[in-house]
Amino acid sequence: MNNEERNEKYLEYVEQKSPKAGWFNSLFHAFVMGATICCLGQMFGDIIRSFYPVLDLLTVGAWSSIIIIVLTIFLTAFGCFDRLAKYGGAGTFIPISGFANSIASCAIEFKKEGLVFGVGSKMFYVAGPVLVNGVAYSLIVGVVYFIIGLF
Amino acid sequence: MGEALLMYLKVILVGGSICTIAELIVIRTKITPARILVIFLMVGAILGGFGLYNYVVDWAGAGATLPIVGFGNSLANGAITAVKTDGFFGALSGGLIATSAGIAISIGLSYLVSFFVSSKTKKD
Repeated sequence: MNNEERNEKYLEYVEQKSPKAGWFNSLFHAFVMGATICCLGQMFGDIIRSFYPVLDLLTVGAWSSIIIIVLTIFLTAFGCFDRLAKYGGAGTFIPISGFANSIASCAIEFKKEGLVFGVGSKMFYVAGPVLVNGVAYSLIVGVVYFIIGLF
Repeated sequence: MGEALLMYLKVILVGGSICTIAELIVIRTKITPARILVIFLMVGAILGGFGLYNYVVDWAGAGATLPIVGFGNSLANGAITAVKTDGFFGALSGGLIATSAGIAISIGLSYLVSFFVSSKTKKD
């Protein structure tokens, strides 16, 4: 039996054995988790705005993202975030918490490979593509907008 | 009071729906979560580049800004607003300036945390 055949059979076996959670359930979990995280963010924003009414909406939004990020990193550090991620699926990694968790968990995971090539480079294992693509898109949008503005 | 409640309903509707669409893609296709993050980021940057996503942000608040689509939107929006004030230099700096606080706190705090926490290898 060659390798490819074996891999295929193994994948079939895994498919058979893995629990069928029912896709409606996992969609519902994703909805609940995503809505909860966004509501928490909105709540933090409302609280900040009630203390500092002069802040503009952009700053308030940035602050609520920062609070969610800090909470996520602490939950990751204490090891509780995995359970949330298992329950919520896309509901936990699509909000900004997924970005923060991917950096924090990779930093902790690769600590034993050293500070420079362990933590320093591998903390961007998942977040790196997001940052690279994001910066590239913003550059494209900015340059296109600048060129359109010339005429 | 009723207005605040309505706002939270909108947050739940938009934030939950974006996550549900992502979960649906995860289930129905074999696209990995990291790719979905990049795809959603791209959608956000495109919508932001045309200035469409700001209507969603105005309507749904944190339900629109917290998902990664909002991250892409603020990258594109930052670049556009910076071009208006700083010209070409703004096109280069605007996107990162708009998102710098979130990126900096994620990297800095993760670095700090990694000094104190080690990954638990399961012993069995």
